[in-house]
Amino acid sequence: MIKMEERMVRIYVMGKEYRVPAGLTILKATEYAGYRFIRGCGCRGGFCGACGTLYRKEGDYKLYTALACQTIVEDGMYLVQLPFVPAPKAIYDIEKLKPFGEVVLSFYPEVARCVGCNTCTKTCPQEIEVMEFIQAVKRGDLERASELSFDCIQCGLCAARCPAEIKHYHVAQLVRRLYGKYLAKHSEPLKKRLREIEKSSYEKEVDELMRMSQEDLKRIYYSREIKV
Amino acid sequence: MKEIAYFPGCTHLHTASHFERSALSVFEALGWRLVEKFNWICCGTVHGLSTDNLMQNVSAVRNLARAESAGARRIVTNCAMCYNTLKQANEMVKRDEDALKNLNEFMDDEPDYRGGVEVLHSLQLLREIGLDEIEKRVVKPLEGLRVAPYYGCLLLRPREVAIDNPERPKIMDEVLKAIGAEIVRDARLKYCCGSYHTVDRKEIVLSRIDEIISAVRRRGADLIAVACPLCEFNLDKRQKFLNKGGLPVLYFTQLIALAFGKEEDCLFEKHHVDPRPLLKERGLLR
Repeated sequence: MIKMEERMVRIYVMGKEYRVPAGLTILKATEYAGYRFIRGCGCRGGFCGACGTLYRKEGDYKLYTALACQTIVEDGMYLVQLPFVPAPKAIYDIEKLKPFGEVVLSFYPEVARCVGCNTCTKTCPQEIEVMEFIQAVKRGDLERASELSFDCIQCGLCAARCPAEIKHYHVAQLVRRLYGKYLAKHSEPLKKRLREIEKSSYEKEVDELMRMSQEDLKRIYYSREIKV
Repeated sequence: MKEIAYFPGCTHLHTASHFERSALSVFEALGWRLVEKFNWICCGTVHGLSTDNLMQNVSAVRNLARAESAGARRIVTNCAMCYNTLKQANEMVKRDEDALKNLNEFMDDEPDYRGGVEVLHSLQLLREIGLDEIEKRVVKPLEGLRVAPYYGCLLLRPREVAIDNPERPKIMDEVLKAIGAEIVRDARLKYCCGSYHTVDRKEIVLSRIDEIISAVRRRGADLIAVACPLCEFNLDKRQKFLNKGGLPVLYFTQLIALAFGKEEDCLFEKHHVDPRPLLKERGLLR
């Protein structure tokens, strides 16, 4: 049997030492220590990007980044609550823009200041090749920038660390909007289906679903066919 | 007592307090008071005296590291700016082992660069392939077309990265001669086009290109050939503000493609000064 003592780790929250059970995430360990998250906490499942955080380890000069809900505490971690990374977002009317790199640069000219240090990529808790998508924007390859940045959950840690002060996640969002609207191939079956829905072609089926019991709904949900 | 603003420096508070004390005493005896008048900070010596401002080379050396780890022994680029940047960084790290070590340590997310890549400009590759080979593929010699090969600065300066004799370059002349063009020479073809001043001091660029274009025009040039996108932008697109009747500016590769009968790859429509009327008049374009 493992003694309770051995299953505890030391952490520092805002500089104060606490002992918390090993195996907790940074988020839960901070709560265990008595802190409450007002901001900097969202889905707790690694999808929303609200809990991006910074930490250091004893005897290690590096500043680490993580999603607090996805990272297990280690003995001697220095933790902090990071509520938000401030970054102004450009205001634009997507209908009036053209899908070119120059357009993105006109809203976020600091993109041109990238020196290629790759700090953003090392920072990203989603393991996105952040510098590569910034480089793609620089050369006007919005398709590549969209694909590379697709998993971005907008935690903003890259923007907090960039020596060129780029707002990568806002840049990427503008790029994906331009790509999605003007460049991406549109799905014909989806358009057809949307037209059908607009014409209320499925009213009968929806009514049937609405009348079903919870059990029947579960049954048909789990037995549905999924094409991958 | 006279006064002067005084900058003590970090050592003077403790380790060199005997230096400061004696100095202040001496000056006081001479009628001068040294006064700390502003909130001074470290002079920055460690950074200021260091010669290894390596950050500016990170992007270039990252590319070289990636090229090397992909097994490339040589890389070629068309852009004179890219050529110059990559080549200068490459020469620097080959010369300076410490710089290379520091860069490799900083780029701990890339395989180490060992200096095993050679950077070429595409004009060098063409020279290596040989003028005979180029001549053999010509189906439409550019006979009677008077071309001024514009080298600008980046292919020739600084000397250690020059692709040819920086004073008397002829590499582009030879390639253009091999496709049948007549060469127009002028000293100003080695001048700078004004480079990035085009962003905030456009008037500098306009005076440069006015001088260059007027000079080659006096020598009877039909067009200018360039090897750099920024030269092309300044010499072609900026002619919009000269109001002197356009002189076409083409990439040397467009001229070769034209001579090889590959008009469809020339994309002449992308220029501000449309070269197509001239090329049609000379029977080089349908």
